[in-house]
Amino acid sequence: MIHFDNVTKVYTNQNRPALDHVSVDVDKGEFVFLVGPSGSGKSTFLRLVLKEERPNSGAIHVAGKDLARLSNFKVPHLRRRIGCVFQDFRLLPNKNVYENVAFALEVIGKPRRFIRKVVPEVIELVGLEGKAHRMPDELSGGEQQRVAMARAFVNRPMILLADEPTGNIDPATSIGIMKVLDRINRTGTTVVMATHDAAIVDSMRKRVVELEDGKIVRDQSRGVYGQAY
Amino acid sequence: MRANFIFSEVWIGLRRNLTMTIAVVITVAVGMAMLGIGLMINSQVKMMQDFWYDKVEVSVFLCGKNPTMPNCKGKPIGVQQSKDLMEEIKGLSGVEQVLYESPDQAYANFQKSYAANKALIDATKVEDMPASFRVKLKDPNNYQPVVQALQGKTGVAQVTNQRDLVNQFFGLLDKLRSGAIIVAVVLVLAAALLIGNTVRLSAFNRRRETGIMRLVGASNLYIQLPFVMEGVISGLMGGVLAAVLLILSKVFLFEEIAKYFAFGSQLSWNDVAWVITLTMGIGVVICVLASFITLRRYLRV
Repeated sequence: MIHFDNVTKVYTNQNRPALDHVSVDVDKGEFVFLVGPSGSGKSTFLRLVLKEERPNSGAIHVAGKDLARLSNFKVPHLRRRIGCVFQDFRLLPNKNVYENVAFALEVIGKPRRFIRKVVPEVIELVGLEGKAHRMPDELSGGEQQRVAMARAFVNRPMILLADEPTGNIDPATSIGIMKVLDRINRTGTTVVMATHDAAIVDSMRKRVVELEDGKIVRDQSRGVYGQAY
Repeated sequence: MRANFIFSEVWIGLRRNLTMTIAVVITVAVGMAMLGIGLMINSQVKMMQDFWYDKVEVSVFLCGKNPTMPNCKGKPIGVQQSKDLMEEIKGLSGVEQVLYESPDQAYANFQKSYAANKALIDATKVEDMPASFRVKLKDPNNYQPVVQALQGKTGVAQVTNQRDLVNQFFGLLDKLRSGAIIVAVVLVLAAALLIGNTVRLSAFNRRRETGIMRLVGASNLYIQLPFVMEGVISGLMGGVLAAVLLILSKVFLFEEIAKYFAFGSQLSWNDVAWVITLTMGIGVVICVLASFITLRRYLRV
């Protein structure tokens, strides 16, 4: 599903590469934790998958497409097959829960009938039934992140990228978030989650890819956060 | 494509930037109106030139009873002398027709052309009007040899080519037209910059929305269209205002001026409609271009 072959990314004006000859394979339906300290290249990895950045060398295949050959006007179609969740939720403050989720479908031109059918389903999937008409500022952090996950998943993406989704949320609430991610993963969606949260990684017992200074230092199935912990 | 989604975004954008939208509409309106007036003056001048250049004659004024022109040396032209002169003019190459205009006829014509100016007519007597030969040329552009041949002949007070007079008037109109077009160009430039600024503000106001749109895979068209539509709509509103200004200028400027001058032919409503269509088209195209160019800078897709 995601295939990195010897990928190097150096940002302009920086000597040290953000990713240094990284090769990794993520299969369909896998759940992968991307761990490592800040600046180790986790976010760069996710941005490369979305083709928000281009690698300096190496090849990236996502959902069977060679990103180097993907023309710019086809990038939106790639992104429709990838859902994204961030630490800061990125909800629209002037739209309620339903409208925030529906927005993702409206802007890719989905018919209204379809939107009316799938949005309530997804809101229920993330555990927000009955809160469809709340505004984001009326929700807790955990609930807001659930809305963001609903929005990321509503178009049934093949891949869900989560960049520290529990970074702003207390540990108790994080467990709920992880349950939703696990539920999404069980529908067959590949999940890649970048995180610092050792407790979560240890409790989930999924594949762990550890980055340090842009290099992969560990790739372990059913792994834990790190030996040191 | 969901039109109502785009239009609600456009409406929100225009309302958020209301003052900027008004500034754009006014600048586009005035700029396009100036351009339109320039174009209208242009077609009016063309029409008048076609009309006048066919009619202009060389006038040969004869010495009257109390000649004041130095050429006459104080003596009026004799009857035989004027007959000879007429034959001579007819013999010149390039002359098509020669007509004699008596002082009475000249006075009648004068009364007709200055009907609006009572005081001038009252102050002028028949005796003040000189007799003249009206020489119609085969080729109105080739008047020089005829004028030269007749200048300074005995009994001839003055030779005037009406074309010179008409040209002075056209020169004035030309200046007006150039002025209008220069103002139009400056205003169009200002409009383009204003639109650029509006789009920039709009892009900043909506950076959250556009960020999410990018993320969930909205096509570039979907992301950019609301911004471009904002430009198009303010351009169109400016164009409609400009059309109103042009119609007013046709009624209150061109038609009023035409009452005082013999224009020959009037600027028709067809011409006005054509000018309005053209300026509106230019206005919208400029707005779209300005929006697109700024979008490329401020809205990474």
